[in-house]
Amino acid sequence: MSDATADDPNTGLSGAIWGQDAVKLTALVAGLFALYLIGGTLLEYGVRQQVNSIAQLLFYIAVFAMLALALNLHWGYTGLFNIGVIGFMAIGIYTTAILSKGAMVTEPAAGSTGGFGLPLWLGIIGGVIAAAVFGGLVALPALRLRADYFAIVTIGLSEIVRFTLLESSFQSIAIAGYYTGLGGGSGLILDFDPTDQFLAFFGLSETYVAATESIGTRLGLGSNPAPVLDGLLYGLLLLVFLIGFYMTLQRIGNSPFGRVLKAIREDEEATRSLGKDTSGFKIKAFMIGCGLMGLAGILFYAEQGAITPDAFRPRITFFVWIALIIGGAGSNTGSVVGGAVFAAFLFRGPLFVKNIVQETIEVDAVDTFGQAVAPIVGSANPVPFFVYTIDNMQQLQLAIMGVVLIYLMHNRPEGILGHRKEAASPIGLERPSISGSIGTTSSDGDSTETDEVTTDE
Amino acid sequence: MSDTEATDAATETAVSGRSDASVEDREGVETHDSDVERAAKHTPSSIPLRVEGLRKQFGSITAVDGANFTVEEGSITGLIGPNGAGKSTTFNCITGIHEPTDGTVYFEGEDITGLSPNRVANRGLVRTFQLARELEEMTVIENMMLAPKEQLGESLWRSVLPVARRSVVEQERDVLERCWEMLEFFEIDHLAQEYAGNLSGGQRKLLELARALLTDPTMLLLDEPFAGVNPSLEARLLEHIHELRGDGYTFLIVEHDMDLIMENCEHIIVMHQGSVLMEGSPAEVRSNEAVIEAYLGGDVE
Repeated sequence: MSDATADDPNTGLSGAIWGQDAVKLTALVAGLFALYLIGGTLLEYGVRQQVNSIAQLLFYIAVFAMLALALNLHWGYTGLFNIGVIGFMAIGIYTTAILSKGAMVTEPAAGSTGGFGLPLWLGIIGGVIAAAVFGGLVALPALRLRADYFAIVTIGLSEIVRFTLLESSFQSIAIAGYYTGLGGGSGLILDFDPTDQFLAFFGLSETYVAATESIGTRLGLGSNPAPVLDGLLYGLLLLVFLIGFYMTLQRIGNSPFGRVLKAIREDEEATRSLGKDTSGFKIKAFMIGCGLMGLAGILFYAEQGAITPDAFRPRITFFVWIALIIGGAGSNTGSVVGGAVFAAFLFRGPLFVKNIVQETIEVDAVDTFGQAVAPIVGSANPVPFFVYTIDNMQQLQLAIMGVVLIYLMHNRPEGILGHRKEAASPIGLERPSISGSIGTTSSDGDSTETDEVTTDE
Repeated sequence: MSDTEATDAATETAVSGRSDASVEDREGVETHDSDVERAAKHTPSSIPLRVEGLRKQFGSITAVDGANFTVEEGSITGLIGPNGAGKSTTFNCITGIHEPTDGTVYFEGEDITGLSPNRVANRGLVRTFQLARELEEMTVIENMMLAPKEQLGESLWRSVLPVARRSVVEQERDVLERCWEMLEFFEIDHLAQEYAGNLSGGQRKLLELARALLTDPTMLLLDEPFAGVNPSLEARLLEHIHELRGDGYTFLIVEHDMDLIMENCEHIIVMHQGSVLMEGSPAEVRSNEAVIEAYLGGDVE
């Protein structure tokens, strides 16, 4: 085993690990889709509904996985306790909205606001930069604080962002002849469609429109298949972004830069004493993470047609934290797993289960808590209580998340993949073969060692 | 051992030279000349570390109160003193973890007072900690690979961009090889893939010293390197320190074990109540009344 230092095991090894992880993630997502399709069959969904449900699942898996990945850079790698995720998402989408909304050069009617009419891709870049720069501004003073105080600053900040968006004095303002603004409590209408713009950008609009009809009839989507396929296309687009996130963050993590971040997480003072300028590293990592959160925020809301400040309450921040904790902080693969599992089981799952149960079991609705509890006490009949519980699944969702979180904290605080040894280096860290004396052993030894490392969980 | 004795003799002459100077002090007129002579004799290169009038206050408590000492190049110098004498605070002030209230620290002739710890470390003055500060949830080899200076991959864009990353990978191979060599030198290469947090106390101390060496220091400050280390590991650690001294490294060691210091250091600085009580060879320290008093229940107010 120890002499299995065959010629260059390093690239082969890291390649194998990545391959394995990619396979695992694909299998996981495919499995989740299968579950939802089975559920859809139980619900007697038509093809249209099935495609819709998959598209929605894909959307939520992608956004939560992206957000968990960005948070993993902060918390999992650098140990920065950021509980202001939603604030950076809000800055991202609001900046994009203002930059890319249709321009209004004459005073608009009350309640409507314009933008600067820039192309959407410019708006997206602007949004990412705005989130990153804002993160940098926060980081300069706040990164000197202890972890817990830093957390307070970030959550306070995300609320400040939300209240700023609500502020009526910024509702509509004129900048250089453009009538724009944050829209106040009524928010902003997003008069751009990212999928359309994406297709137009690559000159594919007409091909797509032509294709929708034929694909629609072939799949049996019924009349007007465009909205369904649009949703699916947007989901796939997000999947591409997710792969981009994952690869970028894997590269950051598996590099000397990522190594310093990990060291800062473990012990900042010791890292400084080894000659690393930790504040520089922390600011960079924080800004990158904030930029990615901004991008995830843009992708989350861009397709929704409108944004209001109410959508940017801290709850999504905690959803992302739950996703990261489930998956395992410190592992990028774990973050994606966490995002997917969270989206499928905790975020979408309860409502889906509710639909299935209500569809398959025919019972009379129970309207009040009293009606639900009385039979248990009176005649030991739990059915009405069960029905009532299922009926209120939306409200129970948060309670379920809480229970899962408590269970995880007690029994598996490191998450699904948080215990893995993922070498923070672009190469494998086995003993390098010394001057080729024993370096030319068979490749069998190489592959067994690879297996050993990758299955080392 | 004979080597140590020879240097003992050398330091003795140095010390006697100094006491001559203080005699001249009392004589008045000639003081000035001899001061200049002495300054000239101590060129910066032979005295890598010089601490002058170092003072550190925490609120109303004065932890270090005007400490003056020098460490000679290529020596193993011991810094001893009873609990609360200000040894660790002195270390922290030298390495930039605390900013001194007053006084100056010179390293290789340059003023490094108040520089941040990373700057101090990058100049070649690297420390280890009293409680080993291994990076627990990183493997031993990752701990090691963190240390080398000027790693290309520490720049973000180089780590991410496809073509630039090649140079990073290239350098990583060299770094990896150096790290393995160092692990082998310290005989902890069998632990390379373990989490550093799983190591025993002694192994952590070895890891910390090995890691510090990878930063290419010229001088090492070791804060109680033998605390909680079993005798055989202690012997190994000492062996390494002597071997490294032979390679030209300078050591300043804080330690409580008097016998160990007496046997292994050619020069000893004794601190008491925040200032330097005396400096000298082990023999001089052993026979010094004030030192005995400080250690054996003197007035510790």
